[in-house]
Amino acid sequence: MINKKLVIIGGGSAGMASALEAYKQGVTDILILEKNDYLGGILNQCIHNGFGLHEFNEELTGPEFMSRFSKAVNDNHISYRLQSNVLGISKDKVVTYSNSYEGLVEVKAEAIILTTGCYERNAGAIQIAGDRPSGVYTAGQAQLYLNCYGYLVGKKVFILGSGDIGLIMARRMTLEGAKVLGVAELNPYSAGLNRNIVQCLQDFNIPLYLSHTVKEVKGKEGHLEKVVIAKVDEKFAFIPGTEVEFDVDTLLLSVGLIPNCDLLNNLPLSFSKTRGPVVSQDMETEIEGLFSAGNVLHVHDLVDYVVEEAREAANGAVKYLNGKLSHKGHIYDVKPGNGIGYVVPQKIYLEDANDKLVFKFRVAHPFKDINIFIKEGDNVVKKLFKPAIIPSEMEIVRVDKALFKGEAKEISVYVEERK
Amino acid sequence: MKELICITCPRGCHLKVDDNMNVTGNFCPRGAKYAVSELTHPVRTLTSTVKVDSKESPRCPVKSKDPLPKETIFKAMEEINKVTLSLPVHIGDIVIANICGTGVDIVATKNISK
Ligand SMILES: Cc1cc2nc3c(=O)[nH]c(=O)nc-3n(C[C@H](O)[C@H](O)[C@H](O)COP(=O)(O)OP(=O)(O)OC[C@H]3O[C@@H](n4cnc5c(N)ncnc54)[C@H](O)[C@@H]3O)c2cc1C
Ligand code: SF4
Repeated sequence: MINKKLVIIGGGSAGMASALEAYKQGVTDILILEKNDYLGGILNQCIHNGFGLHEFNEELTGPEFMSRFSKAVNDNHISYRLQSNVLGISKDKVVTYSNSYEGLVEVKAEAIILTTGCYERNAGAIQIAGDRPSGVYTAGQAQLYLNCYGYLVGKKVFILGSGDIGLIMARRMTLEGAKVLGVAELNPYSAGLNRNIVQCLQDFNIPLYLSHTVKEVKGKEGHLEKVVIAKVDEKFAFIPGTEVEFDVDTLLLSVGLIPNCDLLNNLPLSFSKTRGPVVSQDMETEIEGLFSAGNVLHVHDLVDYVVEEAREAANGAVKYLNGKLSHKGHIYDVKPGNGIGYVVPQKIYLEDANDKLVFKFRVAHPFKDINIFIKEGDNVVKKLFKPAIIPSEMEIVRVDKALFKGEAKEISVYVEERK
Repeated sequence: MKELICITCPRGCHLKVDDNMNVTGNFCPRGAKYAVSELTHPVRTLTSTVKVDSKESPRCPVKSKDPLPKETIFKAMEEINKVTLSLPVHIGDIVIANICGTGVDIVATKNISK
């Protein structure tokens, strides 16, 4: 068994950013484990621009953004292993991985940061009636085939779900000569960013069917031939007589991303509403010394925020390695209140926290003209006004630690409509 | 009065533009610039890929170094799809100079060595 101070699982943007931050703060005995044969994770296939406005004050494409990080990893000689799939993490922080050049390896880590990203919900995860023909892909699969291998999965396309990847693929496939017939979204509002509705759909006159979903999939000789969509009511039940049929050869699914935290399944941990692990203000899970950041913790729409969170986790890991996380003193549970879908972190150790407490959350559905409150027990610590807020845009609120008294058990975040 | 969504950054501000091209609703100055350009001559950054003469990395991502007039986008795609690069490729290498006479270069956005 080999020993390492810090093992980072997953070499995407979160993994690389946390490695670089820990290195900067003096921890140099680091190992990044990445199962693909390249660093950078999902950004390798995100060839569109829109990355790095916060981080570099420049609009970069995914590959450009990630190459700045991989260059810094290489320049600082931070060690990493590619094609190395992590198979397990034990409670006492032994990480097991395997690759073709070392075989099965066990590493005893003093601290771990888990940055394994997310995966896409697929056809098995949603209920669609009808055949199971070929021609049904997740939007991310189609993105990988087209952008990394030059293979266009189909010519007549319908997209289910208005997530950003689906919207971006609507534009991308149109540019490559496919006809995108429409996008159906179950909710009465889009799951993707407004800018993507404008530049990926409206620019190409692709219709967006809100409050619609795919009712049936029809295949012929094993290949997709038709999809039938229909309108739904407030309870998501189909409204009879609203069916529309499309002749297609491809159905893309862009129906949600789920944290990829299978490696935590056998550990004594609880999970939050994000479907990622419960973490503290330092992105530490309930196992001391095991941290997590990026899409494995909660799905982010902006890589800049992934990078920021990865640095918070690295900062926490360095504090832990230097014996500066006491896990003593006052502890809060952080709860999502009225109108809030989830909040990260779910626990705060007041004594260990930095000067600012950072709350990241998403609303459960769109609101207009609201106040957001952060409350310690019954005491309002922070109130801010928002003219409009939507679930697809994560909010970040920073509050001075000094404003918290350390008395109540609970901190809650909630919204109230202004009268 | 015209209403637009600023696409310059993910914030997606709702902009209002009056007949004298006065812009409101923008959180930052880039929004005003976007609104004027969008209503006079809309432009978009184009990203795509080109073929690479390599088994391991068959595609190289590219972008237009500056935004292109919207109406040239499909013509530009035709040019992009005619190109095959040979190795090595560096970020910023010019793949097509002055595409479709727009004065804008198409550049590589990935380093590829094998
Ligand atoms: C398709 C898509 C499009 C997006 N578009 C945008 C955009 O336009 N703009 C923007 O700002 N953000 C965008 N995002 C947001 C995205 O959340 C971030 O950009 C960011 O890249 C996520 O980083 P990550 O490191 O958390 O995850 P990833 O990049 O997914 O990295 C996780 C890494 O962990 C590795 N891994 C997983 N399991 C194991 C294991 N068991 N062993 C070893 N390695 C493992 C994976 O191979 C991968 O390299 C997009 C996200 C997706 C999914
Ligand atoms: S106005 Fe500024 S902040 Fe608002 S979307 Fe445009 S660039 Fe972003």
